[in-house]
Amino acid sequence: MIWDWDYAFAVAPKLLDALIVTVQAALAGFAIALVLGLLIALARRSRFLWLSLPVAGAAEFIRSTPLLVQLYFLFFVMPGFGFQMSPFLTGVIGLGLHYATYTAEVYRAGLDAVPRGQWEASVALDFSPFHTLRAIILPQALPPVIPVLGNYLIAIFKDTPLLSAITVLEMMQVAKIEGSETFQYLEPLTIVGLLFLIVSLISALLIGRLERHLGTLRRT
Amino acid sequence: MLLPIEFYGNLLQGAWTTIQITAMAGLLAFVCALLAGLGRMSSWRAVRWISVTYVEFFRGTSALVQLFWLFYALPLFGLTLSPMVVAVIGLGLHIGAYGAEVVRSAIQAIPKGQHEAALALNMSPGLAMRRIILPQATIAMLPPFNNLMIELLKATALVSLITITDLTFQGQLLNTATLRTAQIFGAVLIIYFLIAIAITSAFRMLERRLSVGRGRRMAR
Repeated sequence: MIWDWDYAFAVAPKLLDALIVTVQAALAGFAIALVLGLLIALARRSRFLWLSLPVAGAAEFIRSTPLLVQLYFLFFVMPGFGFQMSPFLTGVIGLGLHYATYTAEVYRAGLDAVPRGQWEASVALDFSPFHTLRAIILPQALPPVIPVLGNYLIAIFKDTPLLSAITVLEMMQVAKIEGSETFQYLEPLTIVGLLFLIVSLISALLIGRLERHLGTLRRT
Repeated sequence: MLLPIEFYGNLLQGAWTTIQITAMAGLLAFVCALLAGLGRMSSWRAVRWISVTYVEFFRGTSALVQLFWLFYALPLFGLTLSPMVVAVIGLGLHIGAYGAEVVRSAIQAIPKGQHEAALALNMSPGLAMRRIILPQATIAMLPPFNNLMIELLKATALVSLITITDLTFQGQLLNTATLRTAQIFGAVLIIYFLIAIAITSAFRMLERRLSVGRGRRMAR
């Protein structure tokens, strides 16, 4: 018998507990990516080259290098500069930073879709740039890109197993520990795979529904 | 602050492994993407169903979980693959699932008139696909495939966790041996970035080549 049901039922509760850590990491990373991504998108549009060029370069660099190595960098290098962080916090910051460069592109598409006339009209009405952004531009730029941002939440969720490499006790790490104790990797790894599949398929379904909902909002 | 020159030998050795895996998995991903992308539009229900299942399954689970599963669970079914083969198959299938969506959307973006004209000229569906549709769709596929290749390059860092001595793994070995953490992981990140730049410029060149004589000039 290859598949051991008793063992599978024994490890499943532990993996479900670890799923909570996984979801927490994904949500916290997503929150950072949402805020930081908007800041990056705005900085890249800035007229000040001393701001836009370095931010664009750094974002490009972070986007084309592996998250795993970035996590190692944060995990091993930052303590040397006096930043002592828990593995979980390091992982969340790594996820957030990495995916901020992706959400920045999404925000950029949203900002680009707002007609120039909106900016010009705000200048004509003597709005300050900040006020224009907050009251005129962002309310138009953000709703259309919400579903795309949602897809990145799923992407972050699927990248959380990388945190196991920096010793965060998320699902993958728990599965590996359980597997190494009994030398039975099949059951925990399969359950982890299924849990990922279930959660991301359900989220994809919800995001699809959100997309349709926002579509009807805009049409009316 | 720079890394002493004698360490670069190991890193470059690892980089070569990374490049090999990227190239082979990229090739496999391209084949999978083409098959599954065309399969989703097939008139046979069984083929459509298999393609959709493949795409949803591999997009719905985490790349690391897939690699671990192939690495730890397959041997239990009597199928022991070398880590290198696991890496190429795992990453190729993973990226191929994303590529299938690229292929599908590129083909569906070709105007219906092209299909109808091919039909009017008495071309068989296969011939029309090969001579008329695919050559036009290929150009539209190149930019998203470029992004996917960068994703693949970044995903190859995961193979260090299944015992392959790629660039990331070499970086870790050097790190434990020398404790020059910042310089080593900094150098690793820069090498990844350089490979990413090389991939992007190769795709740009390909794009220029393929658009020659297609009436669609590239923006100068």
